Amino acid sequence: MTAAGAAPGSLQELAGRPGRATVLSALGRRCLIGLSVAFLAALLLAPLAVVFASAFHSGVQKYLQTFADPDTQAAIRLTLLTALVVVPVNTVFGLAAAWAIAKFEFRGKTLLVTLIDLPVAISPVISGMLFVLLFGMRGWFGAWLAANGVSIIFATPGIMIATLFVTSPYVARELIPLMQQLGDDEEEAAITLGAGAWMTFFRVTLPKIRWGLLYGVILCNARAMGEFGAVSVVSGHIRGLTNTMPLAIEALYNDYDFTGAFAVASLLTLLALATLALKALVERTGDRQP
Amino acid sequence: MRDGQPTVLPGFGLTLGFTTFFLSAVVLLPLAALMLLAGSTPLQQLLAAIASPRALASYELSFGGALIAACINLVFGFIIAWTIARYEFPGRRLMDAAIDMPFALPTAVSGIALTAVFSTNGWLGHYLDLAGIHVAYTRLGVILAMTLIGMPFAVRTVQPALLEVQRDLEDAAETLGAGRWYVFRTVIVPSVLPALLTGFTLAFARALGEYGSVIFISGNLPLRTEITPLLIVMHLEEFDYRGAAALGFVMLAASFVILLAINLLQTWGHARMARGEQ
Repeated sequence: MTAAGAAPGSLQELAGRPGRATVLSALGRRCLIGLSVAFLAALLLAPLAVVFASAFHSGVQKYLQTFADPDTQAAIRLTLLTALVVVPVNTVFGLAAAWAIAKFEFRGKTLLVTLIDLPVAISPVISGMLFVLLFGMRGWFGAWLAANGVSIIFATPGIMIATLFVTSPYVARELIPLMQQLGDDEEEAAITLGAGAWMTFFRVTLPKIRWGLLYGVILCNARAMGEFGAVSVVSGHIRGLTNTMPLAIEALYNDYDFTGAFAVASLLTLLALATLALKALVERTGDRQP
Repeated sequence: MRDGQPTVLPGFGLTLGFTTFFLSAVVLLPLAALMLLAGSTPLQQLLAAIASPRALASYELSFGGALIAACINLVFGFIIAWTIARYEFPGRRLMDAAIDMPFALPTAVSGIALTAVFSTNGWLGHYLDLAGIHVAYTRLGVILAMTLIGMPFAVRTVQPALLEVQRDLEDAAETLGAGRWYVFRTVIVPSVLPALLTGFTLAFARALGEYGSVIFISGNLPLRTEITPLLIVMHLEEFDYRGAAALGFVMLAASFVILLAINLLQTWGHARMARGEQ
């Protein structure tokens, strides 16, 4: 170890340096902060502000009118319903995957982790396409589904499955590193002392991971409500039936109803802001945990 | 010793079984459908779809644009991560929280919002237009959207690495008379290099597949501003599953190469860190 104080150097040289360095570093500091702020203002802040400015451009009356439209209401209902189904399923999947991967050693673990991450790595459009190839009119199960009168593609089930695929990694990715880091001494103690498996999970593990779990669920929900590419491919864009909120934004925008498009967008923006705020809260509260 | 046995903990069979079942049904089966369809397409037809002039132009924009966007994020991601990790200034926490915005904001929203800001009568597009720079409905707009969407990945990968740089090493180098630039080049950059490259690759991967935020600002002019995911959507809308699967296969192959690169980079980073700690 070279202790900083022990470093040899002429006194004059050392005395001359700090002042210059401080002036330079103060200048550099200002430049870098300025650059960061400018970059983020143009790319993040301006789009964020424009959403609300455009939504209220023609007054509150016009803004509220968008939400009186039955098609918009249907889109909001479909988005909520999709999240309500998809998020719990992916939460259970995330918990199961994290338990298996963090607590046990087994062959093929790396492959399993890669598979869990896969939906994040591929284009949302391809994610949607996968299900069209399976369930679409000319897909693998297309003929069978049509013969039995089941519609998946261009219907609600397709939207849910595509969303399920796209959002499946979020809870798992949040929990795996957390559970690996926390270790399983407490769980082992509980089991050794005679606690049942479920009791150990609910009374020991769940309280340990609750903040990470909450964050994973929040992220999963944000993505489920906002997914565009994958859902766009499977939805068929039937207004009032298979349009989710992001698809309703596209439809309104393409109709040149910019106020309407940005009004729906403002709701999703609020959701995103709430997600970020909750994330900050979870991180702070989580940090304070012993 | 059998798999999963060295611990007293229960639930191995249940959780691994459910995870494997879920992944097989939701991820593996659909992927197999794509692979089989692309694989069963006659080579001639496959090549015709993969190498059509429109497809080739879309690769140029998708891969080239994602590369440029990732380079921009390499530079600005580092600057922003450095600013947040090293400096104390009012609004630092807010800036830190805002980085994840593109991650949380639905892509359709960022798409129409960017278009509104950068169109010729938009807040910023107006001034850029006076300078003769057109962003909306050009390739520049595509790159801009790709930059926005990849930014959080670049920042969030570098940020923890910057916090781990051995400050005593930096201090020692400076005390010994090394210039700031010299310290930056010889101490800081080498220690965060794996993280920088991982962030670059993640930002590239995200930009490559991005759809929602790009299609509004791109204007989708054939041969000029069409990205590959858009072509896939167009094939699907015409029920041309084979054409869509062929392009999807190209993009999936690219994704696999990227995933491999990220894994290698992370292994390299861990190995370097382990050596550094010795």
